[in-house]
Amino acid sequence: MTWHTKTLTELSNAIAARETTSRELAEHFIARVEAFDGELNTFVTRTFDAALAAADAADARRAAGESLGPLDGLPFAHKDIFCTKGVKTTCGSKMLDNFISPYDATVVEKLQAAGMVCLGKTNMDEFAMGSSNETSYYGDVKNPWNTSKVPGGSSGGSASAVGARLVPATTGTDTGGSIRQPAAFCGITGIKPTYGRVSRYGMIAFASSLDQAGVFATTAEDAALMLQAMSGFDERDSTSIERPVDDLVTGLGESLAGKTIGLPKQFFADGLEPEVKDAVDAAINEYKNLGAEVKEIDLPNIGLSVPVYYVVAPAEASANLSRFDGVRYGHRCDNPEDLTDLYKRTRAEGFGDEVKRRIMMGTYALSSGYYDAYYIKAQKIRRLIRDDFLKAFEEVDLIAGPTTPGLPFGLGEQTDDPVTMYLNDIFTIGVNLAGLPGMSIPVGEASGLPIGLQLVGKHFGEAELLNAAHQYQQVTDWHKAIPAAFQ
Amino acid sequence: MSLDIDAVKNIAHLARIDVSEKDLETYTKDLSNILDMVDQMNAVDVTGVEPLSNALDATQRLRADVVTETNKREALQANAPATEDGVFLVPRVIE
Repeated sequence: MTWHTKTLTELSNAIAARETTSRELAEHFIARVEAFDGELNTFVTRTFDAALAAADAADARRAAGESLGPLDGLPFAHKDIFCTKGVKTTCGSKMLDNFISPYDATVVEKLQAAGMVCLGKTNMDEFAMGSSNETSYYGDVKNPWNTSKVPGGSSGGSASAVGARLVPATTGTDTGGSIRQPAAFCGITGIKPTYGRVSRYGMIAFASSLDQAGVFATTAEDAALMLQAMSGFDERDSTSIERPVDDLVTGLGESLAGKTIGLPKQFFADGLEPEVKDAVDAAINEYKNLGAEVKEIDLPNIGLSVPVYYVVAPAEASANLSRFDGVRYGHRCDNPEDLTDLYKRTRAEGFGDEVKRRIMMGTYALSSGYYDAYYIKAQKIRRLIRDDFLKAFEEVDLIAGPTTPGLPFGLGEQTDDPVTMYLNDIFTIGVNLAGLPGMSIPVGEASGLPIGLQLVGKHFGEAELLNAAHQYQQVTDWHKAIPAAFQ
Repeated sequence: MSLDIDAVKNIAHLARIDVSEKDLETYTKDLSNILDMVDQMNAVDVTGVEPLSNALDATQRLRADVVTETNKREALQANAPATEDGVFLVPRVIE
């Protein structure tokens, strides 16, 4: 059977109609991982025995008439940034190569409670710092559309695995574009909800004022189903928002007639590759056919997103990653002379280059004499960027534009200069600084590589955002394309 | 803004990361390039603008001062590189 060509929703319906079982689906997708992952390197840890046991339990519940709901028994994988009790949780780092989490992240608990069957943990840029999945201690992940290209990052393993249909859905996290950019590069649907909508408890911290968990799937409908189960207030995350979760699924199907989509003029300026611009323009035309109105908007400070981010994110990272000291968990150097030597050599050995670079950048930005010039200044401009978005949303319901400035680039092509790599996230970073929900959906291809459209919603506008993506997917087929090598 | 090697040496010390003499040069170049990019912020007048630390203007929530966690010392220390009698071991700090 070709179960891997089906969506989560279709698989859920097939289980309910007794056309298949959770066991059969788990075995099918396990066989896919075994057949193809040697080439793609999307999994860091495989938990197949536990998955089969969970699948059998789901089948037993269904036989007893006690199904947990639409996600019960469906296979997926977690980004290796989420703590999983009794299972190695590495965050893509040598520092945590030996770390067995003593507890589950809230997201892990919630998807378990929904009955989902986890096949393993996916590869990622080290501590989620990267845009190409080339900073992982566990090696590069390959793009399923062309294995000489990067899958994007930091959630590269999660995106590539869904792109190749090794699993129908995965979790991810997005601090500056780490769900949307790899979703665009791998030709799939990815959503990062509003900051604070999904609990960060047990999600290894990178930049706490920006980090947010989300979903990769092949359709907006599937993403809605899974995000619904992941969202909600959690008292164990001090930045979790105390607000009921909207119904993300039943609102799918609303007409876009009368809706206004804003196009930031800064997102269509020089530097955008022509193939990307053409595909995005065509997608916007499709939205006009769906009844939406389109108008140009101005985000005057958005051009400063990258500089602001590369102060704020490293500053927060330098504080968060100070916990890796070789004392309580993780890597520890051999034969330390004294406490300072223990810290310094443990961190020199345990962290990779990009992580060290960002910790040092953040340390500098927070150091005495530079704090006001860098960190405080960046936070002030962050307000201007956020306020530009809020002002734009007084006139429009959604914002659309390209997810990335170009097509997926080659492995090793951008590793020489960090700043060149940072500019990959030029369209996505502002959304994190403003705390808004954002998505990427596939809307075209060039040279056999996929192109993503970014959609941005109002704070807590996930339902409207997912519906806009869903409406597009009702009248187009880009989301159904599967790379030839993985059909 | 450019950093020199001594400045980067000091930053590495503050960050408690051992950096070899050979790597210092690369980090100096990379960090200087990043700071050049960050210096685009200088073009903006932020007079009268308040810093934004939470995009939703949320504030820290308080909870009742009651015990919410049980003792899980053994489970939490299972990942520690060196422990003895329930305490974490580090190199001698006080002579």
